[in-house]
Amino acid sequence: MLKLKVNDKDIEIEEGLTVLQACEQAGVEIPRFCYHEKLSIAGNCRMCLVEMEKSPKPIASCAMPAVDGMNIKTNTPMVEKARKGVMEFLLANHPLDCPVCDQGGECDLQDQSMYYGIDKSRFKENKRFVPEKYMGPLIKTQMTRCIHCTRCVRFATEVAGIPELGAIGRGEDMQITTYLEKAMESELSGNVIDLCPVGALTSKPYVFEARPWELKKTETIDVMDAVGSNIRVDTYGWEVKRVLPRINEEINEEWISDKTRYACDGLKSQRLDHPLKKINNEFKKISWKEAYEIIAEKIKITSSDKIAGFVGDLTNMETMFVTKEFFEKTIKSKNLEARDDNTYINTEERTNYLFNSQINGIEETDFILLVGANPRLEATMLNARIRKNYVANKTEIYSIGDVGDQTYPYKKLPAETKIIREIYENKSEISKKILDSKKPLVIIGKSALNSKSGKFIFENIKKFLIENKKITDEWNPFNILSVNASSVGSYDLNLVNNDENLTLKKLQENDFEIVFLIGQDNLKFKKKDEFVVYIGSHGDNGAEIADVILPGATYTEQDGFFTNLEGKLQKAYRASFPPGEAKEDYKILNELSELLKRKKLFQNKDEITNNLLNYLDLNKKKTQSIKFSSVDYIDEKIIINPIDYYYSNVIARASKTMSECRNIKTDIKKTGTEG
Amino acid sequence: MLEDKDRIFQNLYNDLGEDVESSRKRGDWKDTKEIILKGRDWIINEIKSSELRGRGGAGFPTGLKWSFAPKEVGSRPHYLVINADESEPGTCKDRDILRFEPHKLIEGCLIAAYTVNAHVCYIYIRGEYYNEGQKLQKAIDEAYSQKLIGKNASNTGWDLDIYIHYGAGAYICGEETALLESLEGKKGQPRLKPPFPALIGLYGCPTIINNVETIAVVPTILKRGAKWFSNLGKPKNTGTKIFCISGNVNRPCNVEEEMGIPLKELIEKHAGGVIGGWENLKAVIPGGSSMPMLPKEICETIKMDFDSLVEQKSGLGTAGIVVINKDQDIIQCMARIARFYKHESCGQCTPCREGSGWMWRMLERMAKGEASREEVDMLMDVTKQIEGHTICAFGEGSAWPVQGLLRHFKKEIVKRNNFNPLVNKDNEIPYLVDQHLLEKENAEIKS
Repeated sequence: MLKLKVNDKDIEIEEGLTVLQACEQAGVEIPRFCYHEKLSIAGNCRMCLVEMEKSPKPIASCAMPAVDGMNIKTNTPMVEKARKGVMEFLLANHPLDCPVCDQGGECDLQDQSMYYGIDKSRFKENKRFVPEKYMGPLIKTQMTRCIHCTRCVRFATEVAGIPELGAIGRGEDMQITTYLEKAMESELSGNVIDLCPVGALTSKPYVFEARPWELKKTETIDVMDAVGSNIRVDTYGWEVKRVLPRINEEINEEWISDKTRYACDGLKSQRLDHPLKKINNEFKKISWKEAYEIIAEKIKITSSDKIAGFVGDLTNMETMFVTKEFFEKTIKSKNLEARDDNTYINTEERTNYLFNSQINGIEETDFILLVGANPRLEATMLNARIRKNYVANKTEIYSIGDVGDQTYPYKKLPAETKIIREIYENKSEISKKILDSKKPLVIIGKSALNSKSGKFIFENIKKFLIENKKITDEWNPFNILSVNASSVGSYDLNLVNNDENLTLKKLQENDFEIVFLIGQDNLKFKKKDEFVVYIGSHGDNGAEIADVILPGATYTEQDGFFTNLEGKLQKAYRASFPPGEAKEDYKILNELSELLKRKKLFQNKDEITNNLLNYLDLNKKKTQSIKFSSVDYIDEKIIINPIDYYYSNVIARASKTMSECRNIKTDIKKTGTEG
Repeated sequence: MLEDKDRIFQNLYNDLGEDVESSRKRGDWKDTKEIILKGRDWIINEIKSSELRGRGGAGFPTGLKWSFAPKEVGSRPHYLVINADESEPGTCKDRDILRFEPHKLIEGCLIAAYTVNAHVCYIYIRGEYYNEGQKLQKAIDEAYSQKLIGKNASNTGWDLDIYIHYGAGAYICGEETALLESLEGKKGQPRLKPPFPALIGLYGCPTIINNVETIAVVPTILKRGAKWFSNLGKPKNTGTKIFCISGNVNRPCNVEEEMGIPLKELIEKHAGGVIGGWENLKAVIPGGSSMPMLPKEICETIKMDFDSLVEQKSGLGTAGIVVINKDQDIIQCMARIARFYKHESCGQCTPCREGSGWMWRMLERMAKGEASREEVDMLMDVTKQIEGHTICAFGEGSAWPVQGLLRHFKKEIVKRNNFNPLVNKDNEIPYLVDQHLLEKENAEIKS
């Protein structure tokens, strides 16, 4: 502990802090622009100058390490003069176009100039003009406003791992740019907008849409991937205007991925807002009552084992629970499945499908092995943690299969099951590295579990870790990288058919007569004579093949629980309401059940939530059981599935912004006929 | 006046030859081994007692700087970096050392590298000194071929490799930490201190950075003894120094002289006097363009050493003396200097980036007589807002000369810019027009 004085107040702080942090602990506010907790220290805005005893000049508190016995003063005329001076310089070449600036109302420069600035301008020269830079479809630039804090540059190089953002020129002529004026090739690029303390970098899709004080703010959870980033949804009336990150040190820190941030315009387009029925290959509007009656008629004349249900990737746990109850109690069918492919999942114990090391645990590990996982595209925020660990510790990272640029270097191993066998039989250097490592991390991805040898890979790696006592109470290196927001929740609710995925197989063999698609748009099957009921929010693959469409709600339009890939149960809150006639998802099957059985499954939402939580409590799975099924070895190449990052779910596919990003990424050749 | 036998740089005008044989005749590479075998502590103590101060501008005691290097080499190697990025306007001393006395520098490198435990020495030369760099490279090659440096340099058992790195012409790369950034291949921008380079410098390793002249005088000090050196000049401002005299003088030159020599003597004796005679003198910039100028009254008596100049609120800097006579427009001169600083500011931190351009624009207007009276005081205010608020000393370097001008020639500026466009004393100020004009200072003008 260090003892020092801030404004004559004695405080005690931990070692390794800066003067700025010490002042914060003493309850003294220090203005700053360039300093950001999660980035390296630049010390270039000079706003945080404070007076230190024995120093003739004021010091930059963000860069000065706190030392025992320091005497810091922040309220002297010297400090005030320094702050006013720096503020005057910052405003000298700043355009002061706040009325037409998107940052207005949440601008650091605006706020701080209110407190620390002078009321009049002495700068009579012409102001500097800086040409705008192209930074892709997500970031709008207005570089005249830039105050050169370099937060964006530091974020890009340190967190996002792309060196293509930087400063060119010198002195007054310094400009922040992407050098070649290309789009930033990162899934985290949108965060520079939040980091920018002024309106130099603003959100392109949100440009001139709304003022921050007009928006209703709802703190909720993201569903674009299984990480469950904490977000804030800003709505203006019905429309979701933008999505911003919320600090959660255990999950997403302060960042969110571009898909999370920008797919929200997909909530406005391609929406299903009225029940529809397909007549002669054309959808006709019908009422809810008619729709329910058509479906009920169909169910009554069909035997229950010919009815199947498939739950989608964005479905919340309440809806899944109602679906489960609907199938088990109302229809009495067991054909319920949450997967859309042959991913191997063993739901016997919870550790079999979780990211057991936890996202925070990534920072502690000293060896990482990726098995057919592409965390950059499958779980962007989690990948940012891997990079954070790599930057701090130069951790050794191996990957079975070439998964492309992950923003950190890793060693590639051939994507073959042979490698897994070698690891298990202790013949590979990887086995030695895992055994030598104190806290190893093995991440098994979808590509590995999706292959024929999925079970082999899963069981052997698990067996290897358990037999070598690598799984302990403190550290579990065995991690499954789930991809969908609903995945872990559906496993918790036992919505998967462990016996070789029979439901899906039967579907592909056209064995069912009625198929319920509950927000499920990713199934690959050829429709024959099935009667397909689609319950969902967007007109996408599922709606296309449906016979009856029941419009549902998206994650921003209903309260609902999601379990993220580490097994954390988080609640998403309603920020908006479903469009037109659309209903919250849980209501639909509940009401259908009322028609079939003359009784609702649940009286209200609270009852569902209570029953859901009870169910999860009662079905708490054992954490440790040492039971293996031996699996036959097949010499197989693990195929790394290509990932269409910007089109991974219905909301993203409906989003114009995501399409633009995808076009840039895939570099579609223009023919001149696109319009 | 310094006697010829006490001159360190005998070949400052290249009449004796710069190759290794000629240099040996002047005493270079003599007893190098013996000096090194006396050990690190002896060398540091000797340099400390010689009171040698760094010749790069700041005047930091060299012996003290060397003693900051860790005594033992830890996991990371030590480096010696020679700052030959001589860009200060009015300064050209290192250039003559590089081309005419390279062996003094190389021998100094060996001794200094041994003292701070470095096996690698980088010499960072500004890109414009290409020819000088080639001459130095030739001298380094000679030294290698005669086994004076390289493996077992001069039979001392110490290995030393010297590499030359050319800069790309940025003034700021003469700042030691910006120099390190540039040497590492990054954009030349000063680093935050602490940590100081002596502990965390080039590639994060302990690094000692010295000016060319500082290193080049070290062998002679050690050979002739600290006492000889400290007897020259004044206490705490000891030894000899190369002065670069330029501007409105009859014979601009580089000359090695004793510290504390009167400025008038320097100009009259060595540079052939001011053009138009001493009475035609207007001002002198005593230490390179970043030091405040001195008016003629002070120039009559001022002595050229660190402390005397600080007393007059100026500084010795790099001892680049720029003489300005009455033929020149002093405000225009200052505006030109301010433009230089505006152009060379690295742009990293706010006060210098925004302030240097502001100062230049105001001075340009003042030179034309287009500024208002308030702006003269405002200019002073702006320099005060830059000074001391920046990461590196560039802020001071750009603000001080302007302060020097305002301190000594304010009357001249006010005379030229004596209008006040803001307040018309006879008219009443209408409501809602610039309320701040009603403040006290303006109200007084009204009466």
